[in-house]
Amino acid sequence: MKKFKEKLSGRIFFALALSSISALALITVFIIYKGAQTFIDVGFFKFIFGMSWSPGRDEFGIFPMIIGTVTVTLGAAAIGVPIGICCSIFLAEFAPSALQNIFRPAIQLLAGIPSVVYGFWGLLFVVPLIRNYLGGPGLSILAGAIILAIMILPTIITISEVSLISLPRHYKDGSLALGLTQWQTICSVQLPAAKSGIVAAVILGLGRAMGETMAVIMVLGNAVALPDSILAPVRTFTTNIGIEMGYASGEHQQALFATGIVLFVIIMMLNSLAQYITRRKAK
Amino acid sequence: MKNYAALAKLCYSFKLQILCFAKIYKGWIIKILNVKISIKNLNFYYNDKQAIHDLNLDIPANEVTSVIGPSDSGITTLLRSLNRLCDLNREARAEGDILLDGKSIFGKEVNVTELRRRVGMVFDVPAPLPISIFDNIAYGPRLNGKKNRKELAGIVEQSLSMAALWDEVKDRLNKPAMSLSGGQQQRLCVARVLALMPEVILLDRPCSGLDPISTAKIEESLIKLKERFTIVIAPHNVQQAGRISDRVAFMLMGDLIEEGTNASVFSSPKDRRTNDYITGRFG
Repeated sequence: MKKFKEKLSGRIFFALALSSISALALITVFIIYKGAQTFIDVGFFKFIFGMSWSPGRDEFGIFPMIIGTVTVTLGAAAIGVPIGICCSIFLAEFAPSALQNIFRPAIQLLAGIPSVVYGFWGLLFVVPLIRNYLGGPGLSILAGAIILAIMILPTIITISEVSLISLPRHYKDGSLALGLTQWQTICSVQLPAAKSGIVAAVILGLGRAMGETMAVIMVLGNAVALPDSILAPVRTFTTNIGIEMGYASGEHQQALFATGIVLFVIIMMLNSLAQYITRRKAK
Repeated sequence: MKNYAALAKLCYSFKLQILCFAKIYKGWIIKILNVKISIKNLNFYYNDKQAIHDLNLDIPANEVTSVIGPSDSGITTLLRSLNRLCDLNREARAEGDILLDGKSIFGKEVNVTELRRRVGMVFDVPAPLPISIFDNIAYGPRLNGKKNRKELAGIVEQSLSMAALWDEVKDRLNKPAMSLSGGQQQRLCVARVLALMPEVILLDRPCSGLDPISTAKIEESLIKLKERFTIVIAPHNVQQAGRISDRVAFMLMGDLIEEGTNASVFSSPKDRRTNDYITGRFG
């Protein structure tokens, strides 16, 4: 009887664990099923490299959105990564425990703020700031990059900090005992040793920036055109889906699912890259 | 004639007395002339827990001083406070004074980095940096401003020879340091410290976990090295202390129980606890 209970509980846990995996499988199958037709109808290259997106005329080209996604994400990385890494170094190496106790919960709170609040704040604060001081419509790549940079900070800070803290204590001790300053130790021992963790943190942060929808809808301007500067409005994959899915049908809906496939593939690649890098470290 | 004989006898006995005096106080005289590190009333705390109680110890130059005792006796703490590596622990607090060449190392004007260059340290776990053998040795000198490749090569060869490792690695200096065996890695760590030309070398159980042959090689090089350096070692067992040290200090629960020359501590320990420890009755 007891043995039966053991077995049963194992089965139940397995079934529950399976449900989370199957959700992933279902979503994957569903968007591919819904979107794959577009790749055939429109043609793969015409879809990816097409310059014009006008569902009314059955033109589905997402190249401006690829550029939009890439520029906004890279912009967010350019702002967020240095701040995030410096912050994690500060937390791991310099901050007295009193400050750590303020910083850590604050950063976790940053992760907990709903993205629509970020978007709202961006729209009312960042966008006018850019419009007044830098020109342009204000709704722009720069505004999106700033908002996303703040949103990916928690991811980057938390993961890089963990990878810095979990380094063997002997790296640091050994280096300091050789008469190196703390700064030299951080630059030439700790950062290189924690490199894989930090790179993984950055990649996961990029994945999050790429997948973010609500906040960027509100501040990007959503024009489907190639941007000529960082002050120009753009549209990303996610905002494209977010804006149009509500009323789309037929081929239009399929094309939106196809956009989702492209995004899905890119994020999958980023995540597996991050996993590959962290695994390689473990070996 | 009779008087002369008496005088000669008197002179002879004086001579004996002086010789005897010199023999008895030889250690003491050497100590006075040749103290490298002088620890005065050192009390060490981790938060409220006291790790070292009112310790006084003089460490003579160019000798191997062993600090023996069961684990958790404050030995590692003592060693780490000699180059102020204990500062890294925010909960740690030291009272009392440590003089290096007569100057306090706790003074405000002391440059800790400079101090750690003068007092190098080797740890219980060999922790080479994840770079090549050559770079591991050249790492310290390089960051201290020596850039000349030829000069660095000279330092690397010299340091590796002193640590009795040169012959084994001279053909593969560019291989990663992690490819060496445990014993070689530990000798690499010794060489790394030597490359900085310190005055004092601290070794915290450098041979724990090493095979007897590697241990013998490290001991051999330590005995040679004392001609140029002052060595303080926490041996991983009593036998090692007996083999290599000139002076032995026995610590128990944060107290210095006894210290003296190798012969005096091992052949006629004054304290019963010392005797019990070195004969293996506890510890």
